[in-house]
Amino acid sequence: MKQGYDIFQLLVGNEDDEDYKKKPVIIQGITGSFGSTHSRLMMAYGTNIVAGVTPGKGGQTFEGIPVFDNMYEAVKSTEAKISGMFVPAPFFLNAAKEALDSGIKLLVAVPEHVPVRDSIKVLEYAKKNGARMIGPNTPGVIVPHVMKVGIMPAQPFNNGDTVVLSRSGTLMYEVSYNLTKAGFGQRLCFGIGGDPINGTNLTEAFDMIRNRDDVRSVVVVGEIGGDAEELLADYLIETSFSKTVIAYIAGRAAPKEKRMGHAGAIVYGNYGSAESKFMKFEKAGVPVAKRPAEVPTLLAQRLQKTGLVGTGKNC
Amino acid sequence: MRLLEFQGKELFKKYGLSVPEACLVNSRDEAVQAAAKLGYPLVLKSQLTVGGRGKAGAILKCNNDSELLPKFDELINKEVKGELPRGILIEKVVAIKSELYLSFFLNRSRRCYSLISSSEGGMEIENVGNKVIFDIQLEGLSQVTVEDTGRKLGLEGNIQKSFVDFTLKLSKLVIDEEAELVEVNPIAVLSGGSLTALDAKVIIDDNAMFRHPELKKYQHISELEEQASKSGFSLVELDGDIAIIGNGAGLVMSTVDMVTDAGGKAGSFLDFGGRATTETIYEALKVISRIKRIRAILVNLFGGIVKTNLVAQAILDAYKNNLIDVPVFARITGAESDKAKAMLGGSQAKLYDTVEEAIHEVVLQLS
Repeated sequence: MKQGYDIFQLLVGNEDDEDYKKKPVIIQGITGSFGSTHSRLMMAYGTNIVAGVTPGKGGQTFEGIPVFDNMYEAVKSTEAKISGMFVPAPFFLNAAKEALDSGIKLLVAVPEHVPVRDSIKVLEYAKKNGARMIGPNTPGVIVPHVMKVGIMPAQPFNNGDTVVLSRSGTLMYEVSYNLTKAGFGQRLCFGIGGDPINGTNLTEAFDMIRNRDDVRSVVVVGEIGGDAEELLADYLIETSFSKTVIAYIAGRAAPKEKRMGHAGAIVYGNYGSAESKFMKFEKAGVPVAKRPAEVPTLLAQRLQKTGLVGTGKNC
Repeated sequence: MRLLEFQGKELFKKYGLSVPEACLVNSRDEAVQAAAKLGYPLVLKSQLTVGGRGKAGAILKCNNDSELLPKFDELINKEVKGELPRGILIEKVVAIKSELYLSFFLNRSRRCYSLISSSEGGMEIENVGNKVIFDIQLEGLSQVTVEDTGRKLGLEGNIQKSFVDFTLKLSKLVIDEEAELVEVNPIAVLSGGSLTALDAKVIIDDNAMFRHPELKKYQHISELEEQASKSGFSLVELDGDIAIIGNGAGLVMSTVDMVTDAGGKAGSFLDFGGRATTETIYEALKVISRIKRIRAILVNLFGGIVKTNLVAQAILDAYKNNLIDVPVFARITGAESDKAKAMLGGSQAKLYDTVEEAIHEVVLQLS
C-alpha cells in the first residue's frame, strides 16, 4: 500500500480519464460557516465539489450542489473518492469512519484539536480500507492551477515542479509564496499536520513523489517536536533519494516542554529539538534555511550545483 | 496537561494501583498534622510539573520532628526552573527490596502507544540496558503479553504476579484516560513481592479533555492563558519584551526564531488562528496588553483572504481605547495593504513589506 498509493492519480487523474483534472470531491460539514466559506473558495479555484454532507440537512442544496445526510448516500450518488473534512473535532472519528465505510480513498482532515486516540483509530481504519488520511490539523492539499482541498489561500501558489510538504499551515503559504516569487512553482503542496499523529507522515509523502518525472525538488517545512524530520533524513540516505531537497525548521528559539501552538510542537530533552533535526539533515546533505525567505536561494544554489537548474520560469 | 505527582497518584488509586500512604500539605500546620498521622521516616516532595526534582533538591528525606518544619519551609519557597511548588506531598517511606521501571507513551513515529519496562528502576531510562520495548494496540494488553514481558525482565513468583497485575491496570488507565505519557519511575518492590508506585508522571491529551470532565479539576492555567484560550488563541509567555502575534503556530514560531537571531527578545508567542478579523486582532492585543514587560508588538500575518485594512482598524481602535501604548511593527500580506498603510500613518504603528524589515526596526528601536 505504501508504494501503490498514487495521490496524483486520485487528485488529478490521467489525461485520458473522463474526469481528468475534475475529480469529484465531497465536503463533510459543507453548511457550517467554516465549511461553506472554504467550499466556495475551492469551487472558485476549480475543485469539482459534487456533494456536501451535513447530518439533518439532507435534501438542501449549497451553491447548486446537493447536500446529503450522510456519506453513504453522498458517495453512492457521486462516486467521489475524496472527502474534505470540515467537521468539529469531537465529531471527527465518526465522520471519518462513515467516509471510509462509504468508499472514500483520501480523507483531507482539516479539523484541529482531534484527540490522538481518534487519529490512531481512523488511521488504522483507513489502512484496512486501502485509504489514506492527510492531517488532521492540516490546511489541506493543493495542486496549483488545478484544484485544492482545504483552507489555503490561492495566491501564494503557482504551477511548477517543486513539492512543498509542511507541518504548519501558514508556513506552507509563506514558503510557497517565497518560492513562487523566485520563479519556483509547485506541482503539489500539502500540510502534513501540526498534531503528534499524522495520517500521512513525511516519509510516506516522499514515497508518493520519489518516482515522478514532473517533480524536480522537494521543500520540507518542519518544526520542533517528534522525530519525523530525523526519520525522513534516514530515509533519504537509505533510499538514495535523488531529487533536490531543501528544509526549513521552525521553533529553534522555543523553550523546552512548552507546547508551541501545535499539539505536536513540543520538545522533551533532546527529543524533538531543532538541533537534533539540523544534525540529521546535515548528515543527509539537506540544506536547512534560517528563515522562510532563504528557501528559494538555497534551492537555486543546490539546483545549480547539480546542473539541474532550469530557466527559472514556471512551466 | 501534565499532572502533578499527587494528582497522578490519585488516578493510580482509582485504577487499583498501590501508592505509598501520603498527605498533600500547603502549610506548616498541615505538615505537622500529616507527620503525626503518617509517622517517620517521611519524604517531602515538591509538587511541580517540571522534571529533575531530585537533582534540584526538591525531594527531601525527613527523619524526625526537628527536621520537619525547616525542610518544609525550604521546599515550599524553592523555585525549580522558574516554578514554585503547588503543595508538598508528605509520603511515608516504604521498605524497598528492589525497583522496577514502567512507562507507556504515545509513539509518534510508530503512530501507536508503546510500552517500556525495565528491572532497573530509579534511573533515567535512556541509560538503562535491560529493558523491554514494544507497541501496544488501543484494545489494550493481553495477560499473555505482559507475562512474557515479566519473564524477559527476569521476574518470578509473587513479583511476576504483581507486575502483571500492575501493568494491566496501568495500561487501562493510559487508554481510558487518554494519556500521552504515563511513567512510573520507580515502582518499589516490597517484601512479599507486592508493588507500589513511588512516583507518577502523567500527561493527558489536552484535545481529549472534552471526554474527561472529571480531570478538569487538575487543570492549572493562568488567568491570562485562560483568557487567550477562551478566544481560541494559543499563548506561551516568554521572558523578553517583544510580543509576537501572528496567524498560525508555525509562522509565529518562525518569527520568534528570527527575532532571536536579530538580537531581540520575544516576550510572548500568540497564535490567533485562522480568523483574522478586526475583532480577533483586537482581542489578541487585549491579551498582550496585560503582559507588563511588553515594550513593543510585532505582528506577522500571512493573509490570504484577509483584508489588511481590517487589521489596521483593530490596531487603531486599540490605541484609541488606550488598550496599548507601545509601538506596533506589522507585516501583513493581503488585500488593500496600501489603504492599511495610509490608515496607520501618524499612529505608533507601522506596516512593513517584509517581516525581516519589521524585525530589524523593532530590535533597533528597543536597543
